[in-house]
Amino acid sequence: MIQNFFRGGRRYWTLMALWVVLIVIGLFAYDRQWHLGLSVTGMSRDVSWGLYIAQFTFMVGVAASAVMVVLPFYLHDYKAFAKTVILGEFLAVSSVIVCMTFVFVDLGQPRRVMNVLLHPQFHSVMFWDFMSLFGYLLLNIVIGSMAIEAERKGTPPPHWVHPLIYLSIPWAVSIHTVTGFLYAGLASRPFWMSAILAPRFLASAFAAGPSLLIVLALGVRRWGGFDIGRQAIRTLGTIVTYAMAVNVFFVLLEVFTALYSGIPHDRQTLTYLYVGMDGRAALTPWMWAGDILAVVSLVGLLVPRIRHQERWLVPLCAGVFASLWIDKGLALVVAGFIPSPLEVVTQYAPTATEIAISVGVYAVGALVLTMLYKLVLNVREKTQLA
Amino acid sequence: MSSRTRIGLGLGVFFLLGAYPVWNGLASRAAPERPELAPAVDSTGATLCIEDTTWMKDHHQKLLNEWRTLVVRDGQRTWVSSTGKTWTIGLEETCFKCHANSETFCTRCHDYANVQPFCWDCHVLPQGGQIHG
Amino acid sequence: MDETRRGFLKTLGLGALGAGAAIPILEVLRPGSGEALAQVTGAATAKSGARATGRQLAMVVDVEKCLRDDVRKACVEACDRAHNIPSIPDPKQVIEWTWSDPFGDVFADQINEHTAAAAKEAPVLLMCNHCTDPPCIQVCPTGATWKRAKDGIVMMDMHRCIGCRYCMAACPFGARSFNWRDPRPYVQHDADGKPLSDFPTRTKGVVEKCTFCAARVDVGGQPACVEAANQVPGGEGALVFGDINDPDSDVSRILGERMAMVRRVSLGTGPNVYYLVPDALPALAAGVEVEGEA
Repeated sequence: MIQNFFRGGRRYWTLMALWVVLIVIGLFAYDRQWHLGLSVTGMSRDVSWGLYIAQFTFMVGVAASAVMVVLPFYLHDYKAFAKTVILGEFLAVSSVIVCMTFVFVDLGQPRRVMNVLLHPQFHSVMFWDFMSLFGYLLLNIVIGSMAIEAERKGTPPPHWVHPLIYLSIPWAVSIHTVTGFLYAGLASRPFWMSAILAPRFLASAFAAGPSLLIVLALGVRRWGGFDIGRQAIRTLGTIVTYAMAVNVFFVLLEVFTALYSGIPHDRQTLTYLYVGMDGRAALTPWMWAGDILAVVSLVGLLVPRIRHQERWLVPLCAGVFASLWIDKGLALVVAGFIPSPLEVVTQYAPTATEIAISVGVYAVGALVLTMLYKLVLNVREKTQLA
Repeated sequence: MSSRTRIGLGLGVFFLLGAYPVWNGLASRAAPERPELAPAVDSTGATLCIEDTTWMKDHHQKLLNEWRTLVVRDGQRTWVSSTGKTWTIGLEETCFKCHANSETFCTRCHDYANVQPFCWDCHVLPQGGQIHG
Repeated sequence: MDETRRGFLKTLGLGALGAGAAIPILEVLRPGSGEALAQVTGAATAKSGARATGRQLAMVVDVEKCLRDDVRKACVEACDRAHNIPSIPDPKQVIEWTWSDPFGDVFADQINEHTAAAAKEAPVLLMCNHCTDPPCIQVCPTGATWKRAKDGIVMMDMHRCIGCRYCMAACPFGARSFNWRDPRPYVQHDADGKPLSDFPTRTKGVVEKCTFCAARVDVGGQPACVEAANQVPGGEGALVFGDINDPDSDVSRILGERMAMVRRVSLGTGPNVYYLVPDALPALAAGVEVEGEA
């Protein structure tokens, strides 16, 4: 099985080399951070979480989105997803690895990370987040490898995989709910403290993940000869559309509550994001661009005639993904700290070191994903020849 | 190149790399001398540590861990030794009163044993000490 | 890959998994791991704090007396000295255990648009509130911060902190600081190259905050800021420290006589730093030379 990771043509190895180069750059940057501390980032006493945790939050959503293919196929026998589930599960595996690596690079004392296991605190949402992420990673590795093994042998997967698959469905929802709880339970940050934060996370996850999956599936079809099928792409597109619609609706709900009630604490962060506060408005262009992109993409997706054309579907999915990245991977975490508990606007911008490390972490995920998808392609090739 | 050759080469490289501590150690320097530690005296000239030297050599690591838990997590600041004497728990408050020069005491022994304790990352070195990177 | 090799790798993987999963379970079950067991059984009481059991140390800040620069400066300097607090040049990455901020920002939920400008700008001394229901403790994944049962101090264990900074996000008062870099070069040293006190200087990657001088309290003393304020002529009583659950303590007596405010009371964290705000704050504050921070 593992030999399949090493069987590939020039395109495969070029891609792998690219990821390795980016990882090495990231490692050099991380070495700088290891020695100088997190002062090499743009974080501050006021904005104490930044790019790393924001990427973690975004990628947890992508990881959770596997449930959107697993649920229809395994629970409702939606046969069109027969070839899609493995791509979704492996995307989940690489996404979770990215998540956990982002948390690791954000730690001030990474050498002590085992303290979370050695001194578990059951009242801490972060403890449960670690546990649920790790469990989800294991679940998807097992399920995915059993599925690919079954494919290779031409037999159905062993019966004990099924309870694991059923478990992975609520577990996927739970990983992003618990990540939402990280934020939504904090009385100190009114921008985050909303019951709708976890549902919003889920909705945006179920739009971002499948939209990435569509683009990946089309790429795998184009360059790997692995076609998940027209119906699967179409259904994924429908899922993205509905999830994005729900997400935009939820965002508007939040805006209504904040603006109509007029409560200063609830309104302040939105003001900072869209208009600026105290003359500081670094995120404003991003917010407007992201929102316009979101609306345009959603409107495009809502029209079946547009959505069903792959040449439109790809840019629309890219637009959905980019706008959700701006919302979760850029704005949400940082803006939660603005204004500070003492009403001060301290802005945040990632430094070059931070960006280099983040690119390196994403490259780790891309490397894992490339390897796993290559495994799928190789097994498919073998079974087709047989 | 046949499989056998490839495997043989691979094994050879692996063992070469794995034996790095041995051939690096052999090549780089002669065996260090046993360290001569400066005697520790307190302000009255007494030379008795909280426990005897052999016990301290064997157990100071564990003792310091226990002290850390007692002070930081339990808020208990006194400790009774096996001789019944009460001591204030604390590196700076007790240990460094006698072991007043980390260079001639702590560092010499730890360098010889090739141990890098990270106490000095936070704790204030007794006078005359240098901070290791 | 043949079956035996695959089987071997699977066994290895499962074994590693089992070992990893066993770590927290064994830790909880280990005899003598009272703390871990208490966490399991006491998870529900992690927030209940010392009010349930007895002593809760608290601070009463006389805002009027602390309007004086020399009082606040003495407090901050005493704290800096006692704890070797570094002086970081980058204002975004400072370490502050006690500091001052304008009244209008400290009590933003109490002022209105007609509050006198002088009052809004009046400097107020701030520190960790050692809340009764601390959200920072709730969120810490390693127990590096916890509430001492014997006196209610919200304590820090700099050895255990992994630097995740969740506590900083959870604190509604901005009381916590993080060591973004190694603080040692920024700690004041005397002519011999020694830091000003014996207190460990901490290292990069850990969170820190005011601990109500737990070390001094443990041997019957008072926090450094309280002592320093009392030594400033005219500053006696600017900070009063004691057990708020003891009806005979100074803090209880003062709170029995005067109205006191706490920060962000509606969040329900139960802060234990009480502020005596004078009625004449606008006038008093206008009379002092107002600086941004002490």
